[in-house]
Amino acid sequence: MATVATADEKKKGIDWGGGNRPLGGVRYGKLMMWFFLLSDAFTFSALLISYGMIRYSHEGYSYEKTYQVEQYGLNVPTAHVVMENGVAVTKKGEFYFSQKYWPVPEKVFEAVPFLHGKSLPLVFVGIMTFILIMSSVTMVLAVEAGHRRDQRDVEKWMLWTILGGIVFLGSQAWEWTHFIVGTDGGGALRTSGDGRNLGEVIYGAGLSENQYGPTTFANLFFFITGFHGTHVLSGVIINIIIFYNTVMGIYARKNDYEMVEKVGLYWHFVDLVWVFVFTFFYLV
Amino acid sequence: MADNHNQGDAIKEVGHDHAHDHGHDHDHHHDQSFISKYIFSEDHKVIAKQFLFTGIFWAVIGGLMSLVFRLQLGFPEMSMEFLRPILGGWITEAGKLEPEFYLALVTMHGTIMVFFVLTAGLSGTFSNFLIPLQIGARDMASGFMNMLSYWFFFGSSVIMFASIFLETGPASGSWVIYPPLSALPQAMSGSGAGMTMWLISMALFIISVLLGGINYITTVINLRVKGMSFTRLPLTIWAFFITAIIGLLSFPVLFSAALLLIFDRSLGTSFFLSEIYIAGEALHHQGGSPVLFQHLFWFLGHPEVYIVLIPALGITSEVIATNARKPIFGYKAMIGSILGIAVLSFIVWAHHMFVTGMNPFLGSVFMFLTLIIAVPSAVKSFNYITTLWRGNIIFTPAMMFSIGLVSMFISGGVTGIILGNNAMDIQLHDTYYVVAHFHLVMGSASFFGMMAGVYHWFPKMFGRMMDEKLGYIHFWFTFVGAYLVFFPMHYIGIAGFPRRYYAFTNFDFTKSFTDLNAFISVAAIITVFSQFVFVFNFIYSIFRGRKASENPWGSTTLEWTTPINPGHGNWPGEIPQVYRWPYDYSKPNSEKDGFGDFIPQHIPLSQTPHSNLPHEKEMLERGGNNEDEIKINEQ
Repeated sequence: MATVATADEKKKGIDWGGGNRPLGGVRYGKLMMWFFLLSDAFTFSALLISYGMIRYSHEGYSYEKTYQVEQYGLNVPTAHVVMENGVAVTKKGEFYFSQKYWPVPEKVFEAVPFLHGKSLPLVFVGIMTFILIMSSVTMVLAVEAGHRRDQRDVEKWMLWTILGGIVFLGSQAWEWTHFIVGTDGGGALRTSGDGRNLGEVIYGAGLSENQYGPTTFANLFFFITGFHGTHVLSGVIINIIIFYNTVMGIYARKNDYEMVEKVGLYWHFVDLVWVFVFTFFYLV
Repeated sequence: MADNHNQGDAIKEVGHDHAHDHGHDHDHHHDQSFISKYIFSEDHKVIAKQFLFTGIFWAVIGGLMSLVFRLQLGFPEMSMEFLRPILGGWITEAGKLEPEFYLALVTMHGTIMVFFVLTAGLSGTFSNFLIPLQIGARDMASGFMNMLSYWFFFGSSVIMFASIFLETGPASGSWVIYPPLSALPQAMSGSGAGMTMWLISMALFIISVLLGGINYITTVINLRVKGMSFTRLPLTIWAFFITAIIGLLSFPVLFSAALLLIFDRSLGTSFFLSEIYIAGEALHHQGGSPVLFQHLFWFLGHPEVYIVLIPALGITSEVIATNARKPIFGYKAMIGSILGIAVLSFIVWAHHMFVTGMNPFLGSVFMFLTLIIAVPSAVKSFNYITTLWRGNIIFTPAMMFSIGLVSMFISGGVTGIILGNNAMDIQLHDTYYVVAHFHLVMGSASFFGMMAGVYHWFPKMFGRMMDEKLGYIHFWFTFVGAYLVFFPMHYIGIAGFPRRYYAFTNFDFTKSFTDLNAFISVAAIITVFSQFVFVFNFIYSIFRGRKASENPWGSTTLEWTTPINPGHGNWPGEIPQVYRWPYDYSKPNSEKDGFGDFIPQHIPLSQTPHSNLPHEKEMLERGGNNEDEIKINEQ
């Protein structure tokens, strides 16, 4: 009935004259979802801009600079110390973590499950991203099946989408765990509140210090990927509800799968945000 | 019984979209219990009243708070012993106000007035009340979300109210809650539990604003009655629509900032904190930036000024046109200026931060953008004045308050041009000059707009009239009082009085202004107490006011075509269609068509052959009341 009215309106060519739904006949629920996403985009923008501001108030890693500092023995605040056979050995000339500068992402995110000790920069997060994007594809297929009023297909593709979301969340949990536990050799050296080097190696990451770089590096990582993860989690929960409703035939009885479309919008948005989060944390 | 039946039918049509979307009938509106009718109501009119009552409650609290700190500022030697029954431990042994509590009072006054009174109380009330009534809708797009919006606000209010009674006091770091003061619980007593509750309360408040805003925008886009094009919307609706958009885009940024601050406070992160010592001890925080918080805060904070002001301007447009019995001057210019202000409001935030050590070149850019706001603001002011010019003015209390708004808007706006200059601002920053400026242009002006709205739409809300004599008394005390309070503040600001100081008795340069400060306090006391005339009038008139007629102000807009006490669904029968813009006041020759000095929006052009303007006649000849209709008829 609603769709008939829409077609009617389109034929008449009324746009903004009132008494109709001007934006291509879109109903209020979907409009609301769009506006919510717009505002949520601003929430994420604020977080990512905060990331940018804090990131660029810190020095980046530069091979020449740190190497020189060590060669001439100037103050050596950032020497890379590795425990070898119970003895602290200073390494020179290669990248090492320090609280003095922002870490290089390829050095931080290089672990992959079951491949302990291998350096595989950004491989795991690449897989995660691929899975999430694939779940967006399956969501598109679910929405398309909804347009065809094909309940079986909607169920199938919703299920794949839910699965993709869950796998992504699981991967994120693994990555967080690895990030928190840290690497075998540890990383940066602990400094006191007033910047003195205390000479102790830091292992893993917490909210007040981490082995990879400045405090705020881990703070931002936890907060922004966590905030995104919360969105994915709520998306999965909503998807499960919609999947349940589909299975129960609620949309088939109404002959209207718009709810699938609405959660689809949300799911795509969450994916899109991940693309930005991924770019900021892993690529730049 | 027949009547009842009619209403039942009307209710079934509530939110045309509604029924289609959910695919079930609207029978559940039929037997409403007290709770679903008055408490968890989904009727926009009831929700509007809930916002209004809560807003008035907060205004009383916020106003009384200002009295306490005005007493302290005006009469620093005075014994506050008489406040002990209320404030208890916040009065020291010596009978003085506890300095920390002074800061808490200033903070809470700001928070309450800006967010709870002038955002929720103003926008929440009138957007809810007027949007469906003036665009010809049965209710908001989603009544349920609208109800949630109020109850999130209510929850936020309860938490904020409870925080006042904490032993360590409510938040005390001023309403802008800059870190590190607000981020370190050990910094001051008000940065402890009070601050935590402030943040939780604001998070709920933001959710409420977003739920409301999404609803307002969608409703205006999708639920306008036939014929109500965007160029026929009353300016109130334009104002609420744009306000909702501004809120939708700026509040989420405050939400982010609040979340980050909660993490800094409770979980030891360092987003807004860099190397810092407190009580001689170095904290572990490193690498964050307190200036980042200011950027995030003012990205909301500046648009918030317009969230507060624009609805008041919209109400004023409506009230002034109605009571001057003239079309609003420059209808499209009014829309354009609202849009202009809305766009500019997002790119001027750093003018609050000229003294944070920002690059002077950047400061100049923000100064330039800030000063441009004077243009749309001047357009609005001149349009109000030209609407009044040679109008057949009827001085209802609502009209008085609207004219008062124009006055406040101009006198407060002028000092805005001064403060917008970064060179001037560095001198005047954080002085009473700033306090005077924003209390006039945003505080008083918006408050006047809110009052105008209450006086004007009271008959529609409660079916009775407010007492006019008391209204005039209220207006004159408020109008004169507001100027007596805020005008002298400019002088003490120029003299260098800083904001947020507990007392000025320790400085020599303040001595010659002691009397002026006392004068301000006396004026403030009188002004605040005169507000109780309004509170009395409001409550009394709800029960005992004169019965209102259907269209007491001779208004053209749709809300006056509803019954005096409209039920859920607003119009018992069909919603009247709209054929003309909302400002056909004193149209030449309208008396020949059998109308007085106004022609309501729902009267077709064909009924007014004598008063139609040339382009309207042409339209009628081409077979319709507007371009769209002509197009359809031609097909």
